[in-house]
Amino acid sequence: MSSAGIRIAPAGAAASAATLEATGAASRGLTRIALIGNPNSGKTSLFNQLTGLNQKVGNFPGVTVDRKTGVSQLTPHHRAEIIDLPGTYSLYPKSLDEKVITDLLYDRASAQYPDFVVVTADASNLRRNLLLFTQLADLGLPLVLALNMMDVAAQHGINIDLDALQQELGVPVIPMNARKGIGVAALKIVMAQQLDAGTNRFYEPDETLLPMLRQIRYYFNLHNDYLALHYAHQFRHISFLSADDKAYIGELVAKYNFEPTARQAQETIDRYNRINELLLDAVSVTRTEKAEPYSNRLDRVLTHRVWGYLIFLLILFLLFQAVFSWASYPMELIDQGVAWINSLIQSNFNGPLISLLTEGVLAGLGGVLIFIPQIALLFAFIAVLEETGYMARVTFMMDRIMRKFGLNGKSVVPLISGMACAVPAIMSARTIENRKDRMITIFVTPLMSCSARIPVYTVLIGLVVPDQPVLGVFNLRGVALMGLYLLGFVSAVGSAWVLKLFMKTKERSYFIMEFPVYRWPRWKNVGLTIVEKVKAFVFQAGKVIVAISVILWVLASYGPGNALEQAEQRARTSATAQRMSEAEVESHIASEKLESSYAGQFGHLIEPAIRPLGFDWKIGISLLTSFAAREVFVGTMSTIYSVGQDANELTVQQKLAAEKGPDGQPFFTPARAGSLLVFYVFAMQCMSTLATTYRETKGWTWPLLQLFYMSGLAYLASLLVYQVLK
Amino acid sequence: MFKVSLNNSAAVSARSTSAQTVVAPRSVKDLRLGESGTICCLKDPEMALKLLEMGCIPGTQVRLNSRAPLGCPITLVVGETADYTLSLRVSEAATILLKE
Repeated sequence: MSSAGIRIAPAGAAASAATLEATGAASRGLTRIALIGNPNSGKTSLFNQLTGLNQKVGNFPGVTVDRKTGVSQLTPHHRAEIIDLPGTYSLYPKSLDEKVITDLLYDRASAQYPDFVVVTADASNLRRNLLLFTQLADLGLPLVLALNMMDVAAQHGINIDLDALQQELGVPVIPMNARKGIGVAALKIVMAQQLDAGTNRFYEPDETLLPMLRQIRYYFNLHNDYLALHYAHQFRHISFLSADDKAYIGELVAKYNFEPTARQAQETIDRYNRINELLLDAVSVTRTEKAEPYSNRLDRVLTHRVWGYLIFLLILFLLFQAVFSWASYPMELIDQGVAWINSLIQSNFNGPLISLLTEGVLAGLGGVLIFIPQIALLFAFIAVLEETGYMARVTFMMDRIMRKFGLNGKSVVPLISGMACAVPAIMSARTIENRKDRMITIFVTPLMSCSARIPVYTVLIGLVVPDQPVLGVFNLRGVALMGLYLLGFVSAVGSAWVLKLFMKTKERSYFIMEFPVYRWPRWKNVGLTIVEKVKAFVFQAGKVIVAISVILWVLASYGPGNALEQAEQRARTSATAQRMSEAEVESHIASEKLESSYAGQFGHLIEPAIRPLGFDWKIGISLLTSFAAREVFVGTMSTIYSVGQDANELTVQQKLAAEKGPDGQPFFTPARAGSLLVFYVFAMQCMSTLATTYRETKGWTWPLLQLFYMSGLAYLASLLVYQVLK
Repeated sequence: MFKVSLNNSAAVSARSTSAQTVVAPRSVKDLRLGESGTICCLKDPEMALKLLEMGCIPGTQVRLNSRAPLGCPITLVVGETADYTLSLRVSEAATILLKE
């Protein structure tokens, strides 16, 4: 064992050299510190305490996991880079999230390899938290133990002898309460020191394994047997090993008849035995015969078979209220602000570049910024529900129901949020660890009717559904609207069920998770979550949205050759002939120009394809432009049907009602409007959503699948509706 | 004291399922609300790895704390000093066998 201690000395020396340099120059080579701990051990709070707003989210190379890093000012002259790793219970990864930890810690040659690791542990639940600690110690990493939640431990009558614990573990132990910031200063001082790996070891691989482990160890030039054991366990999933390397270990494992499952189970048991021994000296529990924990009493109401669901509905109602109505005020301000800047620019400058800026870039930017209030509010709600521990109860109550459809208790949050806006909803699916469940959830969430569909629904329902009472209390239009929402929900759940049949995964779906006690939310964490989500949306999804807006603008503003000039002239001639007012002339010109533009050509081009659905080329243009965002439909319709600039919904509706087909009958028959409504329920017409799916799944496969599946569904459903009702 | 499978997990789990129908050892699934039991062994080797890491070590006492309104999942309080609460599905609880 002592040999292992000496072997790691060079790395320790390197770390201390880096420390010295950082203290001296403060510019070159930040100390790199990884933060690891069990879920619910206060890791996020500690990360926020250490880094504040100096955080950034990037990617781990090659995997679909966010890499959260931040810079912490440890002392006036010493800054360190902190990497926040996903919460885990052990070094044997169960999910793709957890795999980034082993990828980082197995490869000592990597530039990302941390100089040392801060392990957070819940002091009120030390035994289980130390499992991960002992594994990290045996890998030979320099460690600091941040013993968090000392206050909770004290409440539970748990007395921890810190000196004894430090002695047993062989690393610095810092008592903390990260929620309140207690102990952070002490931790920073320790983190600024040069740290060597402790020499205490907690588990020895079985002697019969040594022949195999030593071959792996020398072949890969590893510094200890335990790391070699991890290679033997996980070689198939270690991303930096070449195919030859994997084959080499594969042969050894087969040759020595290595049984990973049994070995890993035995290791865990041995570690728990060792931890029990060392805790005998360091921890004593004064058993307090206390009343039933408040969490249990709260649960009796909050997960009650009647009250539980009622309260959940009430919270949902509140969330909807927030996202629909509270968010509308700041959204209006943003809308007005963008419009004001637009008109300011337009009234002072002129030319094609200016209209590219205003109608393309700024309009696209406005489309991004407008979502910020909804995203911020939704994530404020979700963060509070997560922080308090209530979300664990929701997944607990809903798991049985959702599982029938290939979803997971944790899918409830994204699906519900999807009725406000699919963009933050898809982002909130990150809480689902199982990749298959998460992908299915992301895939079906946009089928939930979002708030952007409301304008389309209202206009078309108002057009064809009579305003008459049903059963005395309900309005037929209201019933129709609810029917559309239900249609969206049923199709989401149904699609999930279908997708479940096709998707294969090696990852097993577990529901085994810690059931946290209720706590007050930490507002700093809530605030930082909001900032992080809004930033992610604006900078990542925003780029794509602005780009597509610009493309759409070009398509709608330019036509082949001088088609637009000709259109304008035609419009002027016919306008003079019909003695139109100035406003009418303007909108007539706009409508003629749009018809001759590339977008208009596109409308004519796709007309044969959409005619079976009852749509003409004008609706075709609207379908194209509402790809930017569904609510654009109303604006486009009002332009095409040459309604004046100051048109409100009512006049759009009147105009549509007045539109006559070739046979002289109203163009928008119930069949046509029904077909269009169903199309909008299903169709993927939201580039913000596609951009978000792209960001969240880190690839184009899922967004493209979503696009084709939903568009296909929309087409077939519309076809069915139109052909049946016609 | 700990029996999980070894080479051929499929054969072992098939054997234990058939054993269950004959002998039917009690599992955590069979606990009544509020009742405690001591873990004897874990039936499903792969699930066992996760359960062990979460502290469900043979010899540990667990108490059935609550059931979700629809009967599944359930919550378990782990440890004699009620260290923490786990939630898991009934199918997962069925793999945790109890001492007689």
